[in-house]
Amino acid sequence: MLEQINTSLIDWSRAQFALTAMYHWLFVPLTLGLALLMGIMETLYVKTGNDFWKHNTKFWMKIFAVNFVIGVATGLILEFEFGTNWSNYSWFVGDIFGAPLAIEGILAFFLEATFVAVMFFGWERVGKRFHLVATWLTGVGAAISAWWILVANSWMQHPVGMYFNPDTMRNEMLSAESFWEVAFSDVALVKYFHTVLSGWVLGAVFVVGVSCWYLLKHRHQQMAMASIKIASIFGLVSSLIVAMTGDLSAYQVGKVQPMKLAAIEGLYDGGNSQGLTVIGLTNPAKERYDDGVEPFIFEWKMPYALSFLATRDLDGYVPGINDIIRGGYTQPDGTVALSAEEKMKSGRNALNALDAYRTAKQNGDAATAEAILPALEKDVKYLGYGYIEDANELVPNIPLNFYAFRVMVGLGCYFILLFAVILFLAYKKRLSQMKWMHWVGLCSIPLAHIAGQAGWIVAETGRQPWAIQDLLPVNAAVSSVSAGSVMTTFIIFLVIFTVMLIAGIGIILRIIRKGPQEA
Amino acid sequence: METYSCLQHYWWFLISLLGGLLVFLLFVQGGNSLLFQLGKNDEERSLLINATGRKWEFTFTTLVTFGGAFFASFPLFYSTSFGGAYWAWMIILFSFVLQAVSYEFQAHLGNLLGKKTYQFFLVLNGVMGPLLLGAAVATFFTGSNFIVDKGNMSNFSMPVISQWTNSWHGIDILFNIWNWVLGIAVYYLARMLGGLYFINRIKDDTVVLRCRKQLFSDAIMFLFFFLAFLVRTLTNDGFAVDPETQYVYMEPYKYLNNLIAMPAVLAVFLLGVIGVLWGTFKGVFVVGSRQGIWYAGVGTVLTVTSLLLCVGYNNTAYYPSIADLQSSLTIANSSSSPFTLEVMAYVSILIPFVLAYIFYAWRALEKKQITREELKNDDHAY
Repeated sequence: MLEQINTSLIDWSRAQFALTAMYHWLFVPLTLGLALLMGIMETLYVKTGNDFWKHNTKFWMKIFAVNFVIGVATGLILEFEFGTNWSNYSWFVGDIFGAPLAIEGILAFFLEATFVAVMFFGWERVGKRFHLVATWLTGVGAAISAWWILVANSWMQHPVGMYFNPDTMRNEMLSAESFWEVAFSDVALVKYFHTVLSGWVLGAVFVVGVSCWYLLKHRHQQMAMASIKIASIFGLVSSLIVAMTGDLSAYQVGKVQPMKLAAIEGLYDGGNSQGLTVIGLTNPAKERYDDGVEPFIFEWKMPYALSFLATRDLDGYVPGINDIIRGGYTQPDGTVALSAEEKMKSGRNALNALDAYRTAKQNGDAATAEAILPALEKDVKYLGYGYIEDANELVPNIPLNFYAFRVMVGLGCYFILLFAVILFLAYKKRLSQMKWMHWVGLCSIPLAHIAGQAGWIVAETGRQPWAIQDLLPVNAAVSSVSAGSVMTTFIIFLVIFTVMLIAGIGIILRIIRKGPQEA
Repeated sequence: METYSCLQHYWWFLISLLGGLLVFLLFVQGGNSLLFQLGKNDEERSLLINATGRKWEFTFTTLVTFGGAFFASFPLFYSTSFGGAYWAWMIILFSFVLQAVSYEFQAHLGNLLGKKTYQFFLVLNGVMGPLLLGAAVATFFTGSNFIVDKGNMSNFSMPVISQWTNSWHGIDILFNIWNWVLGIAVYYLARMLGGLYFINRIKDDTVVLRCRKQLFSDAIMFLFFFLAFLVRTLTNDGFAVDPETQYVYMEPYKYLNNLIAMPAVLAVFLLGVIGVLWGTFKGVFVVGSRQGIWYAGVGTVLTVTSLLLCVGYNNTAYYPSIADLQSSLTIANSSSSPFTLEVMAYVSILIPFVLAYIFYAWRALEKKQITREELKNDDHAY
């Protein structure tokens, strides 16, 4: 048995979960996007009876299948890693967090699994319309599945609808109605549209990129142009909505995760009328929030933009990392922020009160337990801070968040431009002649994957050290397993996933080289 | 019975049912374990892979739902077993990951490792999956090495409440011979179900004849190991819970007593066993019969469900600790709050609807049996 949790165990556990999530997110967004595009193309087939659309649908379906199986494989691991690597988390919040995962399985995953089989194998076994319904339901299943997963993730960013029960030593739902608060929180809503539509953007970029390759090679040009037109309309609309929801998401982060926003900006000393850093170079010499080292070697800011993004007011107050650690500023809800030291002290008081409460209960001393309760209730909100030793632990990795955010936003803007230009050229009938544009389209495929990965890095590492924001830090969420065991499984997963990735890419390239059946 | 207790029993029933469905759906793994025994050439192996390849998502989905439902309804089990028996679950997961990609990958060029390697992965999962899942379920009867101390939450440096008491972290499941016995029984059951499924789905005299012959030897092995585990379990001490004090103690013939105390569960168990035997009999001896999978399948669901009910109901510790009896998990001390169970109970009302559309889609897809001719013309055949 472990005597104490060490940082090596936490790091390997985090690395394993991050590895699985990142590989998962290499494949799943493409299935989200392709599912919808396949639905549109098959609908055109059923409406027009033109085999051209059937062959197109079947072609993209083959690529979808390769992505689907890797997405399923990595998704299974993610679910079980909550138990294997984050067992304390599973108990501490399983009462709330487990429900969305179970609902995902019952309502969404079965829908997807049932109709994906009809979609793949049913072309000659079921009627045209039934097959079309199956294709759409596969996409609907994937979208519903994403809803519940993102509800769970949003709850980790902004936990609502629960209270701490000292008798069971965990967080529980406040009432049956709390479930709705969890399932339809504003954060979940915005995160859902931002994340799923970023998958649609990736799907559209992929279709445009592969089609551009066919134009470069002068093969399947009719199919390529038709796919580009559909994908670029779809991609343009999706990327505009992603931009809007991204803006909403930043506003929410400013309200509920101010440290994440400060980390994204590398903002140490906040204030009113803050500018948004458009480009900058972080200073590697800066190691602690309070070491006095300048955070940037250089930076260029857009005046007032950060205040507007976070508060919808050009003069709005945005706290920096030092402000959040020091406390004393007025928060969006009108209360004055406590300092990190005060929260950590309250957290330790809560842990001590909890220990005393439990001891009294075990000794059958109900009166003492009852007397301890008010002290516990006073500080329980900061219970998670009791596991924090040094205020510096509360600061996420600044360079990682700073650059990942800019990569995500920069590429998001690029995709809007890309789809607009390609759409314009496609309808002006100039695209098929413009070789350089074909290369641009093709080279955009990895960029879409990078944007998605960068988004998840911001979402997850910006929340550190918290597994659940302000409620449970990772050092209190981890399983009691040796760091060596987790390191070994990390390496095994790394090998398996990488082989899967290389094999998957190899197969997809073969499918693309072979191309769709000619009508 | 008060509402909370009712909800706990209801959710244990759903977990048991999901467990039953999962073991039935292991026919995919069982079938895969027979890949090279029943398929003597590429064409025959393709028939077998295409038969199970249209169902593997259901096994996978049921496994995910089983995990999710356990997480939502009995989070302390999720926390204790998955975090504690780390290596046992990890090995199961590795094998399922390999299986998930192998169907699709083995059918394509450019797959890096070659067709045979992916087919080997299917066999590997076909053996490891049922064997280890069976061994893991056996620990519900034989116990595991863990302690649970919720008081650890207030321990600043070691706040983890569930801990394995040895450094084997789940490998120790294999140190108990009876875990092996149930694991092997589940493995042979999966092979029987796989064989019966092939007989139902594949229209090919050569392959079907081999399936019938293989079914007989697998059934003998299954009966031997299953009966051995059953006799041992019913005649041994079991992990009982005092309903008033929640004190866990060893009770002679506990699981036999449970079946006697719950005649409905006993009836379901007997019905299930008869179903498995009848389905197997039809598969082996009734030439031309393709329906054995339905009898054996329903029988499997009933048998496994009743065994899990037996280990969870009637004041029994369903996940016993042999390191510290009082750390054992019961449906009362490991469940979610009443509110979560209530919300989830409403969601579960949709399960019949889910089963109905699965049945509908399955029927629509499986009106015709799989033939060699069809696979030659199907551009998505594995």
